[in-house]
Amino acid sequence: MIKTDALIIGAGPTGLFCAHQLGIIGLKCEIVDNLDKIGGQCIELYPDKPIYDIPAIPECTGEELTNNLIEQIKPFNINFHLSDRVQEIKKEKENWRVKTLNGKEFLTPNIVIAGGVGSFEPRKFPTKSADKFDGKTVLYSIKDKTIFKDKSVVIFGGGDSALDWAIELSKSSKVTLIHRRDEFRGAQSSVDKIKELQKNNKLEIFTKYSIKDIKGNGKLESVEIKDDDGNSKLISADYVLGFFGLIMQLGPILDWGLNIDKKTIPVNTETFETNKQGIFAIGDICTYPGKLKLILSGFHEGALAARGCFKYARPDEKLRFEFTTTSKAVQNRLGLKND
Amino acid sequence: MARITYIEHGGQKHEIDVANGLTVMEGAVQNDIPGIDADCGGSMACATCHVYVKEDWFPKLPNKETGEDDMLDQAYEPKANSRLSCQITVSDELNGLVVHLPEKQV
Repeated sequence: MIKTDALIIGAGPTGLFCAHQLGIIGLKCEIVDNLDKIGGQCIELYPDKPIYDIPAIPECTGEELTNNLIEQIKPFNINFHLSDRVQEIKKEKENWRVKTLNGKEFLTPNIVIAGGVGSFEPRKFPTKSADKFDGKTVLYSIKDKTIFKDKSVVIFGGGDSALDWAIELSKSSKVTLIHRRDEFRGAQSSVDKIKELQKNNKLEIFTKYSIKDIKGNGKLESVEIKDDDGNSKLISADYVLGFFGLIMQLGPILDWGLNIDKKTIPVNTETFETNKQGIFAIGDICTYPGKLKLILSGFHEGALAARGCFKYARPDEKLRFEFTTTSKAVQNRLGLKND
Repeated sequence: MARITYIEHGGQKHEIDVANGLTVMEGAVQNDIPGIDADCGGSMACATCHVYVKEDWFPKLPNKETGEDDMLDQAYEPKANSRLSCQITVSDELNGLVVHLPEKQV
């Protein structure tokens, strides 16, 4: 079990800067994120898109912003717990006991929810019949590609994940690729490659089709696809893979007894604490009169939430306001050498 | 200003006057119409403001920009008349527009 002054949920820009502000005032924190990398929406949704409204930075991409934030918090040696999700929280005297999906446990007086619009999860097939095979023969990500050897695999999607796996699996499986329109949005080199594989009968492609039903009693047998005019086709399959990108879901946060208003959490604007003592919400996930969903607002919210955390982490101490330009204590925390 | 009719999946109709310059998504969100999530706030980075445009209106709308179809690939049950409502800007010409909301957004 890990004891810490604050646990931050979400490694997006808001969570990262809050970690910086906690470090500045001498508090330790740990960060949990569902993605396998640091950066949140900045890195998952728009790593290459320029952002123009970060104060004093005329232009930077989501990836550059993330890298700069990581650099800025380096002095604090913060632990990241990636590809994991906070599942359950329980009040224990002055602390929260926090459990994650991967079985990690934390004991902390403060939880800072910086979860954006929720954790990223793969978008699933709309057909109910897919549910009974979910995780077994209907999959949305691939951990072990050897299970597909010499099997019939039907892949849905038109982006890079769908194309890359279609190309890879066509080496040792019977692959059918299905996409709802003629244009694929993956890299041009991948599109050329699958067209070539199709020409050489290494894989089959059906465009302008979408899923209608998944059939099989106990064992997956076939998948039925339909076009816009309602014509359908049956394709035999051992595995069905869907690559429709990621959606954002609030998930377990909904079960923690927090006030929720249209997928956001109301907070007080003094410390960004929620209706639960020691639980704070900052960034896109919090709401208050005048809330702007901007990264710069998330930075401000994180700075105030960090001060809010202090009184629970150090109940017997008084927090002194200090500037990074002049405070020896702060400069020590930043690892700077003083003359 | 344009009067826009939003029809929920269950058939519930909402007729709303939406000011020029707002998007069809904003018209729904500002009037608390259920069925439009708009998680990303209108930056074409999700597909949770997905609507089906009534067939006779579909060709009258300004064309999709690059990227909208890529996001629609990720929508729940996209069809030929699918649009992201955050990409449709309201003007007088859209008076009478009818959009149907999908069964769900995610």
